[in-house]
Amino acid sequence: MSEKRPNGTSRRAFLRGGVAAAGAVAAGPMRAETPDPLITEVQDWASGLGVGVDEVPYGLPIEFEADVRRRNVPWLTADTKSSVNFTPIHALDGTITPQGCGFERHHSGAITLHKDDYRLMVHGLVERPLVFTYADLERFPRENHVYFCECAANSGMEWAGAQLNGAQYTHGMIHNMEYTGVPLRALLNEAGISGDLSDKWIYVEGADAASNGRSIPLAKALDDVLVAFKANGEALRREHGYPVRLVVPGWEGNLWIKWLRRIEVTNAPVESREETSKYTDTLADGTARKWTWVMDAKSVITAPSPQMPIQHGTGPLVITGMAWSGHGRITRVDVSKDGGKTWEIARLDRAGEAKALCRFYLDTTWDGGEMLLQSRAMDETGYVQPTKNQLRAVRGENSVYHNNGIQTWHVATSGEVENVEVT
Amino acid sequence: MSKSPEVGLLQVLWLGLALAAGGASADTLGLGRPALAEEIAAWDLDVRPDGTGLPPGSGDVLTGEGVFAEKCAACHGDFGEGVGNWPEVAGGQGTLDNKDPVKTVGSYWPYLSTLWDYVHRSMPYGAAQTLSPDDVYAVAAYILYSNDIVDEEFSLNATNFTGITMPNADGFVVDDRAAREYDVWRAAPCMAECKDSVTITMRATALDVTPRDDVATAAPVDLIAKGQRLFSTCKSCHEIGEGAKNRSGPMLTGIVGRAAGAVDGFRYSKALKTAAGGGLIWNETALDAFLTQPRDYLNGSKMVFAGITNPEDRKAVIAYLKSHSAQGDTR
Repeated sequence: MSEKRPNGTSRRAFLRGGVAAAGAVAAGPMRAETPDPLITEVQDWASGLGVGVDEVPYGLPIEFEADVRRRNVPWLTADTKSSVNFTPIHALDGTITPQGCGFERHHSGAITLHKDDYRLMVHGLVERPLVFTYADLERFPRENHVYFCECAANSGMEWAGAQLNGAQYTHGMIHNMEYTGVPLRALLNEAGISGDLSDKWIYVEGADAASNGRSIPLAKALDDVLVAFKANGEALRREHGYPVRLVVPGWEGNLWIKWLRRIEVTNAPVESREETSKYTDTLADGTARKWTWVMDAKSVITAPSPQMPIQHGTGPLVITGMAWSGHGRITRVDVSKDGGKTWEIARLDRAGEAKALCRFYLDTTWDGGEMLLQSRAMDETGYVQPTKNQLRAVRGENSVYHNNGIQTWHVATSGEVENVEVT
Repeated sequence: MSKSPEVGLLQVLWLGLALAAGGASADTLGLGRPALAEEIAAWDLDVRPDGTGLPPGSGDVLTGEGVFAEKCAACHGDFGEGVGNWPEVAGGQGTLDNKDPVKTVGSYWPYLSTLWDYVHRSMPYGAAQTLSPDDVYAVAAYILYSNDIVDEEFSLNATNFTGITMPNADGFVVDDRAAREYDVWRAAPCMAECKDSVTITMRATALDVTPRDDVATAAPVDLIAKGQRLFSTCKSCHEIGEGAKNRSGPMLTGIVGRAAGAVDGFRYSKALKTAAGGGLIWNETALDAFLTQPRDYLNGSKMVFAGITNPEDRKAVIAYLKSHSAQGDTR
């Protein structure tokens, strides 16, 4: 085969070598002075043989895409087993997040739990407390739905101002997958629930040491919550709760219990650690909001962004990003190139789906000047994504969770991009 | 882990019983089997603010101090002040409206039940569900004491539990975004002349806290690299390399060839101190034996680790430790 290509992709070489050259790329049609040997010479791959079937029984991305991977921020937490990493959203397109690069958040590490050892208990205020095996779950009628899962702390480091220089870090605690599972209402029905359900709750917990128990109003449980065992067509990955996780559409990721083992119907919330000391939002006066489950409408431009500088010079430029809302469908996304003075309506690649990522594009022309790129999402309830300053005016600067403020990227004339805050 | 035929048979039997007992009504599928009372009791451990779910038992501040020092202080500090990035559990009262509020059990947690429940089910980190109810009562009493909520004579039990009111019990409001925010955000969005001017007020590169991208393509698979990967399990408790500090385990820089129990400032177990007194040196043979089954090799060691069964893996880990030892730091 051909010799190994020098280390890495052109983008990484570009970042390493500095970006000064990019701005010098002339506008207008490209012209070749000499014939391109990649065309005029017979390449190894056009003459010899590639790899056969069975070489890779289960495929990973080709080596040139090695930089498209989850990353963490080591200073953020004391230990990787109680930590988070980030989806490389800057490098992805479309809407579905491959499982292998979907962000991970563990409180006591991702446990290894065999399907045969899996048990799910439904008990509490039910007529028949039941235990299900994994095989039992596959005998219930099942459904497929695409939903985003966003950690409530996504963009949390940005509350006090621009901190992390990359969309992966500022907005990467999100993934969007197609889940296969059983509606939770089917399991609750199997156990038998009756009487006044309006003031009831469920308490859900995982099989790991953290257990990560959370209380959820029964109304939500009966509405659209799924007990999922597949994502994007294949078994859940260990880091996402193999073999079974809870899917709580539109609500904060902490409720999406991984390695789900217990569902208790209760008459009151448990007020567990994860719903009191954490995942509550401290306001300026020192009081805190609790039960802030819904993820409000939000969007971010994924390219150009700090990890995705403009390398092609002036001319046609695709600005792209993603938008989502826990309230329902995304109906519109606007893009500003001047820090919010003027806005244009972006093109939604497809009509938004409820509580799922929506891909948007602004097909535009770059004149080589500086830009302050922003995006602003709107959902079917009329909710318009606020600015960070609007959020701070209401909540102060001590919150961590639920920062859905508008993000600004500064594009320099060189094509380099930086995370900034603007007036 | 393998599926035994007995399990499948048992399921069929249970299903039969459930159906025979009328467990499946017309609109159910008759799937699953009845949960036994013992099974529910084993998993239904949560404790509510009104004390529901508390087992009998009691524990006082002094006992709690001892348990805390042994099981909790490595991460949370002797007085609950927190070590490094690990959570502080004491102090911070009166800081919630400050910039960077200090949220601890005393300053922030609204219910005592949350503390008891969490310690009981999820702590100590890496050894959850190993504390007895009495120990949990004691640790909770000590944490209350560390936050000046009870005096040092205090003993906590299931009866006086609900008499304790946490300082920040009234500090929470139910999500009011709909009332306070949504009507404002739902205004028609401005499209042109939305601002007179725009200036940059902050730049991420000025802070420079973004991790540098160190992705390497096809790293050589040598023994040290393999050991480094395996060492990720050890990193919960041990640091190694330049500037390594003691965590819940001692720092390991220079460990190969060093006398046991010799790291300054680390509180070793009695067992390890005794072995050190007997002249134990952490050479490769000793490390290999210890890492095979720590508790067997050194009965009474504080190290919460089952051991590495694969000899090749032990060799790799030791090679990695050695790379940070006497002959110089090669990484």
